[in-house]
Amino acid sequence: MFNWIGQTLAVTALNLRTIPQRLGSSGVAIVGIAGVVIVLVSVLSIAAGFTAAMQNSGSPSRAIVMRSGADSELTSGLSGVEVDVIKQAPGLRRDGQNAAASAELYVIIDIPKISTNTPANVPMRGVQPTAMAVRGEASLIEGRMFEFGTNEIVVGRGASGQFAGLTVGNEFKSGQDTWKVVGIFETDGGVSETEIWCDARVLQGAYRRGNSYQTVLAQLDSSDSFTTFRDWLTANPQVNVQVRREADYYAQQSRALSGLIRGVGFAIAALMGIGAVFGAILTMYTAVSTRSREIATLRALGFNTTSVVVSVLAESLALAAIGGAIGGVISYLAFNGYQTSTMNFSTFSQVAFAFQVTPPLLAMGVIYALVMGLIGGLFPALRAARLPIPAALREL
Amino acid sequence: MKFLPLLWSGLWRKKVRTIFTLLSVFVAFLLFGLLMTIRGAFSFGVEIAGLDRLILIHKVSLIMPLPVSYLPRLNATEGVTMATHNTWFGGVYQDPANFFAQIAVEPEPFLKLYPEYKVSPEHMQAWLADRQGVLVGVDLARRFGWKVGDRIPIVGTIWQPKQGQVWEFNIAGLYDGDAGVDKTQFFFRYDYLDENRGGGQGLVGWYIVKIADASTAQQMGARFDEMFANSSAETKTTTEKGFVEGFAKQIGDIGAIMVAITIAVLFTMMLVAANTMAQSVRERTSEVGVLKTLGFSNVAILALVLSESVLIAVIGGGLGLAVAWGFVQQGDPTGGMLPIFVLPARDVAVGAGLIVALGLLAGALPATTAMNLKITDALRRA
Repeated sequence: MFNWIGQTLAVTALNLRTIPQRLGSSGVAIVGIAGVVIVLVSVLSIAAGFTAAMQNSGSPSRAIVMRSGADSELTSGLSGVEVDVIKQAPGLRRDGQNAAASAELYVIIDIPKISTNTPANVPMRGVQPTAMAVRGEASLIEGRMFEFGTNEIVVGRGASGQFAGLTVGNEFKSGQDTWKVVGIFETDGGVSETEIWCDARVLQGAYRRGNSYQTVLAQLDSSDSFTTFRDWLTANPQVNVQVRREADYYAQQSRALSGLIRGVGFAIAALMGIGAVFGAILTMYTAVSTRSREIATLRALGFNTTSVVVSVLAESLALAAIGGAIGGVISYLAFNGYQTSTMNFSTFSQVAFAFQVTPPLLAMGVIYALVMGLIGGLFPALRAARLPIPAALREL
Repeated sequence: MKFLPLLWSGLWRKKVRTIFTLLSVFVAFLLFGLLMTIRGAFSFGVEIAGLDRLILIHKVSLIMPLPVSYLPRLNATEGVTMATHNTWFGGVYQDPANFFAQIAVEPEPFLKLYPEYKVSPEHMQAWLADRQGVLVGVDLARRFGWKVGDRIPIVGTIWQPKQGQVWEFNIAGLYDGDAGVDKTQFFFRYDYLDENRGGGQGLVGWYIVKIADASTAQQMGARFDEMFANSSAETKTTTEKGFVEGFAKQIGDIGAIMVAITIAVLFTMMLVAANTMAQSVRERTSEVGVLKTLGFSNVAILALVLSESVLIAVIGGGLGLAVAWGFVQQGDPTGGMLPIFVLPARDVAVGAGLIVALGLLAGALPATTAMNLKITDALRRA
């Protein structure tokens, strides 16, 4: 028993120590596997970053009320009268008479994207004074809050970074309206950071919306009062609405795009992985071929075949692990935190987010690398075990 | 070509190794084909978009509607061949996940402006005769199993009908088009929309204007925007190509990402193939010695080794491109998110070029080593 383990360790150690002699082909295998890991991790980090931005946006203790049948804020419409009824619903947090609910208008405004200098659909949200209170996580990081009744606006941190001209003190013209940026806010990396906020009343005037809004964002007095809130509203004949938890709404809005990115990412990585496996097989094959005399000698000396198999597998795994680690580190250094923005089709507006190379993603990359190394080493390992000794000793 | 049997036997010396090398190159070029297709899919048909068609949208943003009263003014402008309007409907068919574009159009002007949508005369007549008729793309009909004559209910999101929430349509006909044309759209009649919507009468989404001389696009665009400046709905005009490109750019530079990944893949595969070739040549050093003794010149040896390398690349890469092409012919696998899913002939040609380049690069080093071998060294290594 110990003899067997001893043999295996000895041969494995020999293999690993002589890797530097086969630096060329070992290098190729490492580069191949590192390449696959980089592609896998980077594409999936796009999906991870996008999902994280969407997830940080919705709170389960807030409810979003839209017109029944609308699938996004853009297509919803609520009249001023309906909004007043909604604010009377039970289940809302109230301080005194005032409900913690903000009726909001959601429109798109064309602003050039800094990276491509072509127009992009930037979301602009008209809010009521209760908006900051309802959105507990929102805070100003530069400048000040805008004054209601004026054409002042505040912009999110993401929007400020991705679109042209959204800096404090700057004014820009859209159609016949001029807007003045007075502050920048952040909301823990949520989707609202890609938005511009202004007074709903002023926006209604600019976009000729009369006294209509599109959604009401309501802070519930507790996460459980959601059912009371929703049932009262859906049963009420004065309004025709659908009520969802904000977290659920954003999860649904991100599903299509993150699904697509993840699908494409996995498909590409799977194909690349197959290619890398073949590359790994070839490398290990070469490794076994170059050392066939060595291996035959070992077997002639009496080392058992299992030890040979294990040693080849170990070498393959070692190379794969190195490749995976290098790939992971490069991905992290190159991509983590890289800011970008894209268009979410569900809301027809831009979402700014950062690539996120998370620990689970890195772990996935390394495991994938090890699997490739295992499969790549198997064939050659078995071949090494079954080399006919006399022929191998004679081989070049 | 008389050396083909020699090359062939050289390839199959180590069967397993050759098969795996072929498979690696196969995967590399399969990926190449798929990545180029994805890159094309995310450009939304920029190539086909017309340079002589201009798109007018509301200056503030695409979501703001324009008055239908602009149509006669556009048609009366000098230099305009024809103008029409489109309106985005954005309804839901059964489930929000079943996304496809539904657009309200003026049937005859629209099809005249877009000759790339091919409709049979019978279907056209049927559409003109039925107010609730729709023209559906063949790919969309295939996706849901629709036939001419089917009744399609769509739930309104932006506009509700005067009663209820559901709009009913009858499929009057199908439209087809060449590769690269989006055949997943649902065109219905604007008059039906305008009569039956609960609000927003007389409003359209955007205008499409065909101008007589494509080189005047810039000036015509400026003229239109000036016509409507200082009105309640100011416009912004771009060429259709510019409009689609802007859209694609909003998604982000997917094209660049795809190209970057492709470069990474091909580079890695080239290293693998080169490594294999080098190993293969090293093993046959004595054979090379024999060949040289027989009278093969150095250049002939170089050519032989390079040919072997290129042959592997051509077989593996050719198969890879062929399978990629076959897969793309099946259509969009995402069910609607990538309506334009084709592998352009130009990319296939680029792929073929890359195959030969890969073969040459992979074989370069081993070939030069073989070429410079001294006969005595080669024979001594036996």
